[in-house]
Amino acid sequence: MAINRKLELVCPAGSMTALKAAVDNGADAVYMGFRDGTNARNFPGLNFDLNEARQGIAYARNRHARVFLAINTYPRPHQWEKWRDAVDQAAGLGVDALILADPGLMDYCVQRHPDLRLHLSVQGSATNHEAIDFYVRHFGVQRVVLPRVLSLTQVQNVMKRVNAEVEVFGYGSLCVMVEGRCTLSSYVTGDSPNSSGVCSPAKAVKWEESAAGRRSRLNGVLIDVYAPEEPAGYPTLCKGRFEVGGKVYYAMEEPTSLNVLDILPDLFRAGVAAIKVEGRQRSPTYVAQVTRTLREAIDACAAAPEKFSPKGAWVEQLDKVAEGRCHTLGAYTRPWQ
Amino acid sequence: MKISFGPIPYFWERERVFDFYARALEAPVDIVYLGETVCSKRRALRLPDWLDLAERLTAAGKEAVLSTLTLIEAESEAAYMRTIAENGRFAVEANDMAAVNMLEGVTPFVVGPHINVYNSRTLALMARAGARRWVMPMELDRDTLVALQAQRPAGMETEVFVFGRLPLSFSARCFTARAHNLSKDECGFRCADYPDGMPLRTREGQSFLSLNGIQVQSGETYNLVNEIGELRALGVDVLRLSPQAQGMFEIVDAFRSVTDGHRESSAAAAMLEPYQACGACDGYWHGAPGMNRVHP
Repeated sequence: MAINRKLELVCPAGSMTALKAAVDNGADAVYMGFRDGTNARNFPGLNFDLNEARQGIAYARNRHARVFLAINTYPRPHQWEKWRDAVDQAAGLGVDALILADPGLMDYCVQRHPDLRLHLSVQGSATNHEAIDFYVRHFGVQRVVLPRVLSLTQVQNVMKRVNAEVEVFGYGSLCVMVEGRCTLSSYVTGDSPNSSGVCSPAKAVKWEESAAGRRSRLNGVLIDVYAPEEPAGYPTLCKGRFEVGGKVYYAMEEPTSLNVLDILPDLFRAGVAAIKVEGRQRSPTYVAQVTRTLREAIDACAAAPEKFSPKGAWVEQLDKVAEGRCHTLGAYTRPWQ
Repeated sequence: MKISFGPIPYFWERERVFDFYARALEAPVDIVYLGETVCSKRRALRLPDWLDLAERLTAAGKEAVLSTLTLIEAESEAAYMRTIAENGRFAVEANDMAAVNMLEGVTPFVVGPHINVYNSRTLALMARAGARRWVMPMELDRDTLVALQAQRPAGMETEVFVFGRLPLSFSARCFTARAHNLSKDECGFRCADYPDGMPLRTREGQSFLSLNGIQVQSGETYNLVNEIGELRALGVDVLRLSPQAQGMFEIVDAFRSVTDGHRESSAAAAMLEPYQACGACDGYWHGAPGMNRVHP
């Protein structure tokens, strides 16, 4: 794969305000979804109906930003027509790319809309060049979003072997499990990212106050207990504290955010096409803050990658809006390896 | 209906694995899936060992299938998978799209439960790629299976996971090593100390999940013994039992007696009770949270 000198900044648009915040603060592209279960951020009050999507696309286009639309859940037979219609609607809107996960839906899209650019969603769960090759051969996928489980070296190795652009997560909440193959959430709540576009959905969350502190539950299962002064986080079930072997700790993952500032030059040199910001469920303020900071960082990196080092102010700004108010390089550097 | 043993999800010592399959030779199981599907560091058995087991099972009249790793990150893992894909003798179960990519047009294969087949169009695509059997992803429910069976491609067999702790997720990191404050590279194979995984409980002591290296499983045992009649009516070809440390041969006898019509499901369910360390669940089949127990 030839080195791609432009490192695109792809930002979340969970609402029209967030879309404008992303575009106004320097996103090269935004990604959005329809207001239903066809996308993996199917949260109440988020996303776009057809008319809003049209307006959002116009807003972005007028400011030279591209728009990707995610239809990245896996339709079951009774949902097929709705998902298929969503693909047709996205094609009709003239989005710059469609982000898909389901092979059946990709098969449909290629047949019906052969000219529509396809990206493989992180939910497609392709973690190696052979899996990516399957999607490239069958559907002409032009870009893949890599799951957040690969080390930097593994990302670099994938880059050498694939015939598609690679997009990686640069900032936001961290999935510690390989995306597209995690059903922890449906085990507890009945809804998973694959089937419903949600993880640990808000409707299953219950908070309880007691003298001992605050308890968070997910469909009745105790996810965490917070001491009276301790800040409480959203009860994503893999980020709770549980008891294993007589110890209580974050048995799967701490609540923390991914932040790739430290390895931006490596990703740039490897030829990564785009850095993706997680967070369509987050506020427009978050989107504005993260987009502005990463725009500045990416521009500095592109101008002089060998001299790049993350500014203290950038790190501070990003940590302020981070889950757990701290960050990690996650699987990229694998401190736990 | 045929009965299969899925791949052993845990890291059992070499002798234990050989003992298990020696007993499987005599057991009323039709299909045996072999190989390491969770962690590429686990190499108590090498490919020649698995091939040897496959030969012995074949000689005993069983169908042997080589299962592949679920999460493939390193080049070495992809290379090992290619060796399996090109073994030239035994069928292969693909648990990652990389395996499908290698097997397509080369040899007929089984679509494992970690390939996301959620609709008929995807199943048809797998059939065109050379799949002859698919294992329904565990989170899918009865209604989905009804619809998928109605449009099943010609010659495609359907297998359903009916007994065992559910494999719920996979990660790059190792949760067993983490539980012991060890790095993944220096894990010391602590997962070998937990032949049924490490129990994870909530802070109220509720049994919840099970940690098995890089895999997280359900704490409760998924059990569809009460649904065998319906599975048969839907034309399901194979029932999959997932190996665990205790009672596998009593478990396969219980299921076999129901499929052969010698025992009622309810009687078999009672036989299975002692082998469900943290109780049973069947929610996914009924379209409910997986951990729920819908059938009383």
